[in-house]
Amino acid sequence: MKMTKLSALAMTTALIAPAAFAEDMANELTLVSWGGSYQASQTKAYTEPYMAANPGVKIIWDESSAEAVAKLRAMNEAGNVTWDLVDAVASDSMRLCDEGLAEELDHDADLAAAPDGTPASEDFGDLLVSDCFVPQIVYSTTFGYRTDLVGAEAPTTVCDVFDLAKFPGKRALQKRPIDNMEWALYCDGVAKDDIYDVLGTDEGVARGLAKLDTIKDSVVWWSAGAETPQLLADGEVVMGSTFNGRLFSAIAEQNQPIGMLWDMQSFDLDGRIVPAGLPADRKARVMHFLKFATDTQRLADQAAYISYGPARASSAPLVGKHAELGIDMAPHMPTDPANAGNVHTYDYEWWADNRDDLDAKFQAWLVK
Amino acid sequence: MSDTTQNGPVLAADGTPLKRSLAKALRMQKIRALMLIAPLLLFILVTFILPVGDMLFRSVDNRIVQEVLPTTVSALETWDPASSELPGEAVFAALAVDMKAAAEAKVHTKVAKRLNYENPGLSSVFRKSGRKIKKWDVENEGPYKERLIELNDGWADIELWRTLKTYSGKRTMGYFLNAVDMKLGAEGVTVRPEDERIYNTMLIRTMRMSLIITFSCIMLGYPVAWLLANLSTRSANMLMILVLLPFWTSLLVRTSSWKILLQQQGVINDVLVWIGIVGDDNRLVLINNELGTIIAMTHILLPFMILPMYSVMQTIQPTYLRAAKSLGATNWTAFWRVYFPQSVPGIGAGSILVFILAVGYYITPALVGGTKGTFISNLIAYHISTSGNWGLGAALGAILLAVVLVLYWVYDKIVGIDNVKLG
Amino acid sequence: MADASNNDAFVEFERVQKSYDGENLVVKDLNLIMPKGEFLTMLGPSGSGKTTCLMMLAGFETATHGDIRLGGTSINNIPPHKRGIGMVFQNYALFPHMTIAENLSFPLEVRKMGKSEREAKVKRALDMVEMGAFGGRRPSQLSGGQQQRIALARALVFEPELVLMDEPLGALDKQLREKMQFEITHLAHRLGITVVYVTHDQTEALTMSDRVAVFEDGRIQQLAPPDKLYEEPQNSFVAQFIGENNTLEGVVKEINNGVALVQLDDGELIDCKPVNVSKPGERTRVSIRPERVEYNKDRLSEGAHTLKAEVLEFIYMGDIFRTRLRVAGNDEFVIKTRNAPDQVRLKPGQQIEIGWLPEDCRALDA
Repeated sequence: MKMTKLSALAMTTALIAPAAFAEDMANELTLVSWGGSYQASQTKAYTEPYMAANPGVKIIWDESSAEAVAKLRAMNEAGNVTWDLVDAVASDSMRLCDEGLAEELDHDADLAAAPDGTPASEDFGDLLVSDCFVPQIVYSTTFGYRTDLVGAEAPTTVCDVFDLAKFPGKRALQKRPIDNMEWALYCDGVAKDDIYDVLGTDEGVARGLAKLDTIKDSVVWWSAGAETPQLLADGEVVMGSTFNGRLFSAIAEQNQPIGMLWDMQSFDLDGRIVPAGLPADRKARVMHFLKFATDTQRLADQAAYISYGPARASSAPLVGKHAELGIDMAPHMPTDPANAGNVHTYDYEWWADNRDDLDAKFQAWLVK
Repeated sequence: MSDTTQNGPVLAADGTPLKRSLAKALRMQKIRALMLIAPLLLFILVTFILPVGDMLFRSVDNRIVQEVLPTTVSALETWDPASSELPGEAVFAALAVDMKAAAEAKVHTKVAKRLNYENPGLSSVFRKSGRKIKKWDVENEGPYKERLIELNDGWADIELWRTLKTYSGKRTMGYFLNAVDMKLGAEGVTVRPEDERIYNTMLIRTMRMSLIITFSCIMLGYPVAWLLANLSTRSANMLMILVLLPFWTSLLVRTSSWKILLQQQGVINDVLVWIGIVGDDNRLVLINNELGTIIAMTHILLPFMILPMYSVMQTIQPTYLRAAKSLGATNWTAFWRVYFPQSVPGIGAGSILVFILAVGYYITPALVGGTKGTFISNLIAYHISTSGNWGLGAALGAILLAVVLVLYWVYDKIVGIDNVKLG
Repeated sequence: MADASNNDAFVEFERVQKSYDGENLVVKDLNLIMPKGEFLTMLGPSGSGKTTCLMMLAGFETATHGDIRLGGTSINNIPPHKRGIGMVFQNYALFPHMTIAENLSFPLEVRKMGKSEREAKVKRALDMVEMGAFGGRRPSQLSGGQQQRIALARALVFEPELVLMDEPLGALDKQLREKMQFEITHLAHRLGITVVYVTHDQTEALTMSDRVAVFEDGRIQQLAPPDKLYEEPQNSFVAQFIGENNTLEGVVKEINNGVALVQLDDGELIDCKPVNVSKPGERTRVSIRPERVEYNKDRLSEGAHTLKAEVLEFIYMGDIFRTRLRVAGNDEFVIKTRNAPDQVRLKPGQQIEIGWLPEDCRALDA
């Protein structure tokens, strides 16, 4: 395997030698992302400009971010890591960092400073939840509902999701315990600040699952972010959770009769990690790309294609209008004050420690 | 001629014993035959036997605990898990040494993950402690018992130590026990609490639904295979293309089409509502349940039933039916007594094929099965690709393999495997 | 043996036609009357309609037009299983998943016969074909000849009055075939059953049948006992199809007192029996059997027309000599002579004169 790789590399290097490349950089870059409109926004904001500036670099996309942790574990075990840069949510990146599957970074040295000279670590601030993680966007998991199917009165709180009497019909929920358990406990009367304390006990887990049990028969479980907009568009569900950017695309770009329910939206970070143990040439290339694709302007550019907030403080003022629709993006951002009245602060630390436990119990509950 | 008169062994023309020359000639033939199949053997070895072996190995492999916590494991040897006392300072000191080394190498999470399968909650104890212990000076900062318990009170939980002791061996039955909803604790093998039991339910569900799917395939496929075998070549070819059409479409596309057809706002429900059979507020739930899985998988697996049946039926000459009728049998008797028994080998071959494929399917159940129509393979896939619990996935896979082999054996006993033919 | 005009008609085809595609008739206006107990063979090349006729009689094909009657009642609308006709198929069609005894028992079972009666009948049928010891075997364990006997026994075990046989001996080797021909005829006569037998083998037809119906182009070309068929073919197809035959072509010059004078294409004149020529000027094919040709002048009648011939080939066949001649431009003219002590052995290149009795030379359709 190594032999083949080396000779293939030697050949490509020989072929593009006149193109004036730093000889110690690979010319192929395998990026792992989530697919759909999100990946499209990354293509527009990051890879297309990068390829324009670096002709000859080949970008390969892999839409495996949902399984990034398991796949990286498998690749690591097999001793053959084929990915160069992986999009991962904050909790996943923490797990990967803990397990030594992601490269630890020196944020100030590896990333570009803000235009005013603020170092990267300060510009990203609190969002640097792990040494391996380069934050990219702030997104939220929240609910959308069919304006024409929910009846005269639109849902106003997340607890309407659990109210089958008031809003009959199916709901789409993500097939994982994260967020669902918190919403369930919140709607079962647990104070927002106590959610994780309660969830940390067996009784708390049982209580959350019991709450979910009340709507279990009316739930369609999704595992890819694109499913909920589709289910809403088909009228298969009257409401459903998904990432706010997906709902934005359905509403603003496809004019679907969908309304946003921002209440208790669950903030999360998505960012990038570099898998540990890459060969030097590939690492050099990915670091080169990473520096380019995380600077202030680039992060702001992505917000022109999808309604996720850039993770750098210095990018925020640069967010403007949608690149094609020309509408103001700010009101569609999860961080907009009008949308962020009641938010759920998702605890990465807690989930990084407890995800395996909760997953097992949630799966057992699911197939019952 | 002369060698027939001798009493010794029969000799070949060159004087060597005939038996030896024959063996030599045969050996050459055997070697040549072996050379011809060698690439395939190698391929099967690399792509099938080794992975299956690896899977079986993983289902009992427990080396990680000893690898990551070697001194702790040996220090624990003298501790009696039945006692209500925590292990002594020596064990804690050993743990501190092991944990620091493990945390630096970032492998403490692996053992945390392993033990967490057996005792949910241990994971965070190891993770949280690991981050801190990394900075300790384990040579000179005793006593560790108090320090560790102070760091995380999980270390004061005797269940943690019992789990660690129980799972300190290089091999474990833990995964297999887990795969049949049991667990191995300090007090021996026990059945898991009810809210954690899923695998037996899933295994039975998988078997039951696979049987239903196989049966549906027989019912739907038999007439089609019969038509195929009895139509004129031209019409049969046309029909054959229709039968094979699903093969030329990607599985995902087909499954997604079923989604569009079967969902509550889907084509079938729309038509039923339009005709007036079903009320608009009473649409049938055809997907995200068992029914959805059965419908979609029957469709997907139907060709695997039709093709063996067809190739067997093709060999049944129409004169058998004519003969039966000329002997006084009605159409039905002729079919049931004469045609059907001869087509049984095709049904057998198709059923084995469909059943085994069905048992292992996971994409389709995952997409159209909701939570009630998923198979045990979905849990295997979940453990392999999402939860990362490969040992449990491997144990479930091994059990599935064993069940299929047993069913195959039973089939052989009842019907006879000689009675299976693909044409 | 039986006369076609017999009143006790058992099997009747009346103006039967059959078409599969609505454009071509495979059976054209078939009329046939068979008395009870007759062994009738339908003989013809493949595609001549003989098998279709058999299948219509068995009930596996329906007649497009016309009436088929069995024992006086029309069976057009009776399904095959109610016709009570025994049938032996070309490939025997023994049910492979049943033992021999079960195969034989099958027609009795579907007739709801009691077990002991069934067993007795099966045993009798097996004994009849001398296969009594084979009841427990499977068809695949038997040789072709044995399977043939079982097929026969199965078709007879429920005692049908009519048995149809569709080229039943086609798959056997020559020796076995001859033995079975003999056995089948004997059995049929002994049991007094009526048999319709289909074959494309003319020897089989001649040796087994009471009457032979020669099929060609969807019609019966001739229906006659074997000897009449051979000696008095009614048209050139039958003459060609049955036995070996020499053909000479020419034009009828005159017909007098039942003798036709035919001028062959090379100008020579011969006397023939007019069979289906009626007036001078018609073209005709003259048919002479090889064994009726005489080249020994002493044996030819006075004033008979003779033809010049050149010996091309002499083949010694043991019991007979087969000599190929060139006669009136025909290189394939064959004569057969018995190997008798006084017989002259002709040599290639030899010029001879040949002749025959006018009644052995039949002027048929062109």
